[in-house]
Amino acid sequence: MNIPCPICGARPVEEFRFGGEIPAVPASLVDPDAADLDRAWMITNPEGPSTERWFHEYGCHRWLTLERDTRTDEVV
Amino acid sequence: MNEFTERLVRLRWTEPKKAYDVVIVGGGGHGLSTAYYLATRHGITNVAVLEAGYIGSGNSGRNTTVIRANYGIPEAVRFYQHSLALFQGLEEETGRWLMHSTKGLLWLAHSVMGVRAERARAVVNTACGAQTYYLDAGEVASMLPQLDMSGGGRFPVLGASYHPDGATARHDRVVWALAEGAMGHGVHVHQRTGVTGLRFQGERLIGVDTSAGPIDAPLVVSAVGGHVSTLAAMAGVRLPIRTHPLQAFVTNHYAPGFDKIVASSELLFYMSQTPRGEMLIGAEIDRQSSYSKRSTFDFLSSCARRTITLFPFLSGLKILRQWTGICDMSVDYSPIMGRTGVDGFLVTTGWGTWGFKAIPAAGEAMAELIATGRTPPLIAPFGLNRFAEDRPMADRGSSGTH
Repeated sequence: MNIPCPICGARPVEEFRFGGEIPAVPASLVDPDAADLDRAWMITNPEGPSTERWFHEYGCHRWLTLERDTRTDEVV
Repeated sequence: MNEFTERLVRLRWTEPKKAYDVVIVGGGGHGLSTAYYLATRHGITNVAVLEAGYIGSGNSGRNTTVIRANYGIPEAVRFYQHSLALFQGLEEETGRWLMHSTKGLLWLAHSVMGVRAERARAVVNTACGAQTYYLDAGEVASMLPQLDMSGGGRFPVLGASYHPDGATARHDRVVWALAEGAMGHGVHVHQRTGVTGLRFQGERLIGVDTSAGPIDAPLVVSAVGGHVSTLAAMAGVRLPIRTHPLQAFVTNHYAPGFDKIVASSELLFYMSQTPRGEMLIGAEIDRQSSYSKRSTFDFLSSCARRTITLFPFLSGLKILRQWTGICDMSVDYSPIMGRTGVDGFLVTTGWGTWGFKAIPAAGEAMAELIATGRTPPLIAPFGLNRFAEDRPMADRGSSGTH
């Protein structure tokens, strides 16, 4: 599995640290307490395309954003 | 399951009915255990267990089969100690040989902090009814003659906590015994029946849509592993769960024998010997969340290197098989059991990398909750509501995979 780094090009996933999905509170949560609870704890954990952050720890030491299909690990 | 075992295990397959009192999604250990205890303890048998693959094809068929209660927080120690005791009696109860074997588990410490953690584990366990003792380096060396006490010079073994009740059992036999027991009492188990949606009438849950058509049920229990967020989203329930792959492998036969279970938090692996003589080794979860069950060479090489650091004899063995499961990792490394805020939708999830040992106790407690409508005290601390109440059950250091 390779991660496309905008600075270094495609590099093996072992060079990167996974930063997780970009948190998104569902718009349907209008109650402020429910939105806070969601922001603090809940995870979308999508089975499919996921927008997430990666840190090129053993490379250029920069964060990048990418979309990955969590069913196949393919970068989309 | 092959023809040979089909004949040994009495599983009565049936066609799905239109409606059941309870539908359990997920035919692994947890789903089948819940059905088993519903039928045997509470006489509730109008129950269907729906399994997208075949029974035990998910994490129940991929775990490393360790049964232990040496957790780090009192609620967890009590819960897992009860499960450990149920496991000890499960062969007698089900009438099936589960290859249950009490071996004793050592959790090694390689630093001053590690020693402190293992001493604390022994104190907490003893106070909460589980047996764990602290062993000094000399006692560890006499218990594990194959261990390189210098840890390759970098990870010296300073001591360990010893949990004599630590055990293993044959995972698929546990699944089959529970399925057989439940089906013998009239529970239906439907394989290759994936749930594609939840059906609501207004706010009320009325059943599930499956690949075999709609099935009515006023109560739906999710006993799903890695795919739980997808199912919960169908009910509009958000979970503090991230799905991560966990890899494991076995070596070829190790003739001299290895009768203990060993774990090391700092080197991040755990190891036991299967009844077939294979050395079974697991390690930490993959860092990125994923639903792909892909195994990697990077895992094999790094995990093998770490295990050989402590057990040089492993370098003479060959790796036979490697596999991957996808784990429902909760943010606080503790399970989530009970109500969800949606009437009629219960979950038993967050079993991450620690679910096998909990199969009997979680099933028993979920069955009691379904039968009586009251959450048993043993699992009350593990409700989904703990996050809204800001009392997470943080126990990362006991997962063995971090």
